[in-house]
Amino acid sequence: MNATPLIELDDVRVAFTGGGLRRTKTEVLHGVSLDIRPGETHGLVGESGSGKTTIGRAILGLVPLESGSIRFRGERIDGLRGTRRRALATQVQVVFQDPYTSLNPSLTIGDTLAEPLRAQGMGLADARRRIRELLDAVALPSGAADRLPREFSGGQRQRVAIARALAIRPALIVCDEAVSALDLTTQRTVLELLLSIQKETGVSYLFISHDLSVVRHMSHRVSVIYRGDIVESGDAAVVTSAPSHPYSRKLLLSAPVVDPAAQAERRRQFESEFAGARR
Amino acid sequence: MSSNTPGQGGGRYVAPIEETPVVAVDAVDESQKAQSVWGDAWQAMRKRWLFWLCAALIAVIVVVALFPQWFTASLPTGGACKIGQSLDPASAGHPLGFDKQGCDVFSRILYGTRSSVTVGLLATLLATLIGGIIGALAGFYGGFLDSLVSRLGDIFFAIPTILGAIIVMQVMPWDRNAITLSIVLAVFGWPIIARIMRGAVLTAKNSDYVMASVALGLSRSKILLGHVIPNALAPVIVIATVSLGTYIVAEASLSFLGIGLPPSIPSWGGDISTAQGSIRQAPELIFFPATALAITVLAFLLLGDIVRDALDPKARARR
Repeated sequence: MNATPLIELDDVRVAFTGGGLRRTKTEVLHGVSLDIRPGETHGLVGESGSGKTTIGRAILGLVPLESGSIRFRGERIDGLRGTRRRALATQVQVVFQDPYTSLNPSLTIGDTLAEPLRAQGMGLADARRRIRELLDAVALPSGAADRLPREFSGGQRQRVAIARALAIRPALIVCDEAVSALDLTTQRTVLELLLSIQKETGVSYLFISHDLSVVRHMSHRVSVIYRGDIVESGDAAVVTSAPSHPYSRKLLLSAPVVDPAAQAERRRQFESEFAGARR
Repeated sequence: MSSNTPGQGGGRYVAPIEETPVVAVDAVDESQKAQSVWGDAWQAMRKRWLFWLCAALIAVIVVVALFPQWFTASLPTGGACKIGQSLDPASAGHPLGFDKQGCDVFSRILYGTRSSVTVGLLATLLATLIGGIIGALAGFYGGFLDSLVSRLGDIFFAIPTILGAIIVMQVMPWDRNAITLSIVLAVFGWPIIARIMRGAVLTAKNSDYVMASVALGLSRSKILLGHVIPNALAPVIVIATVSLGTYIVAEASLSFLGIGLPPSIPSWGGDISTAQGSIRQAPELIFFPATALAITVLAFLLLGDIVRDALDPKARARR
């Protein structure tokens, strides 16, 4: 360890209470531990329902913990309420998967971006200047501020969502499937944008995705989550090219590659490793 | 620990980033004028002739309701009604003749507009305010408040508005006038609005942009006022416009039954009731207030339809 972690999850358990009379509890995270260092991108891969989004929400304080702790710069942040929780909002931000639902359809882009700034008590003129900076940072024209979200494409909306997350200069941004809803070209440009922002501001990312190649492209370190447990964690290059846990291997071999010969090889490997366990 | 450097190589082929800078690939089209939600609805409405017809009708109705004396010199009640003129035919200054009480029919219809419009607007306003606030709070805060309000709404829901109003108007100790009648109608009408507001608020509350606002550290009241209510308002406005017409009908029905507005206040429902007594001698007398009522209600109902089409693009796409 060469740096103190920015955020540290220790044995985090999260359970959701079902409806009905019996109110059965379903545990979705069974003791997850991971840490993110300043300026680092930590990739989180796993299939649908594996609990990767829940980890992000737990860090954001959107779901309560069953047990375990989350520390931000050494200070416990789980269970914070009210003003102290809101103070943390300046440090941890989020970009959601679906850019069509993550922006308020009745607010202009300018109003959406002004909100976090005003909530932190910034004056109107300062806020306006910062909005121009932010739009510039995500390569949108300053005229965009007067427009409604629906006038923008998915990629453009996602850039607005990134700008909103950046607005108050957080230390960590949770990117919850931030590029999964975008087409490949737009995906690439948004990823490059995230990387260049990281280079400039030193922000950390928790990069949640089901797409191994995207995670490999973005991350310094990667954790693989399977059914609420982290099954493998380590250097991105290692985990994404030569994983040791069977589930990680399955995930890797399931991802298609462009080259048909390589894809045939991959399929052969998959069959030999997971015979009879076809998806 | 060896460190991986992100940004090196990808798992698949995409054009190099130098060839596809974000500004070029996903440029913002700034050729169109910036839109706004209500501006858009206005654009959709102004293209339809039916909207202009309804708007013109409603404008006329409102002007008549405000200044009935501009259109007739005769008064509809009191000393102006002389029993000697009972059922007299039309004459100069009295284009529709006289009713059984000897009152000028044209004047009664003009002055009756005021009752209908006042009750319609006031009852709608009250029901929308009460129902909107209660529905929004129930949907947003949930829990015990939500259960309480929903069950209370169910109880009121089970009582037809007219039936409830009949009972309350019968036993009501206060003066019967447009204001008390509106309050009674609103008391039985708010659950519909509350239910719609609650549903719309629930949808908005669970959206990602509200999640994002929570993560941004906004207070709950700011989220409710700034993000949830603006996005839940459209269906409520539509229902409110339509219910305006139904409240006008309710006022006429109650006045027809003799428990709405007292005879001293001109009302179309009351006039229909009076004309009923002389239907053999002067059947046309029932026709005038009924037509006025039908046109007014139709104008408001059609406007509600048009507003719904304008605010709900999905309904528009189906035509």
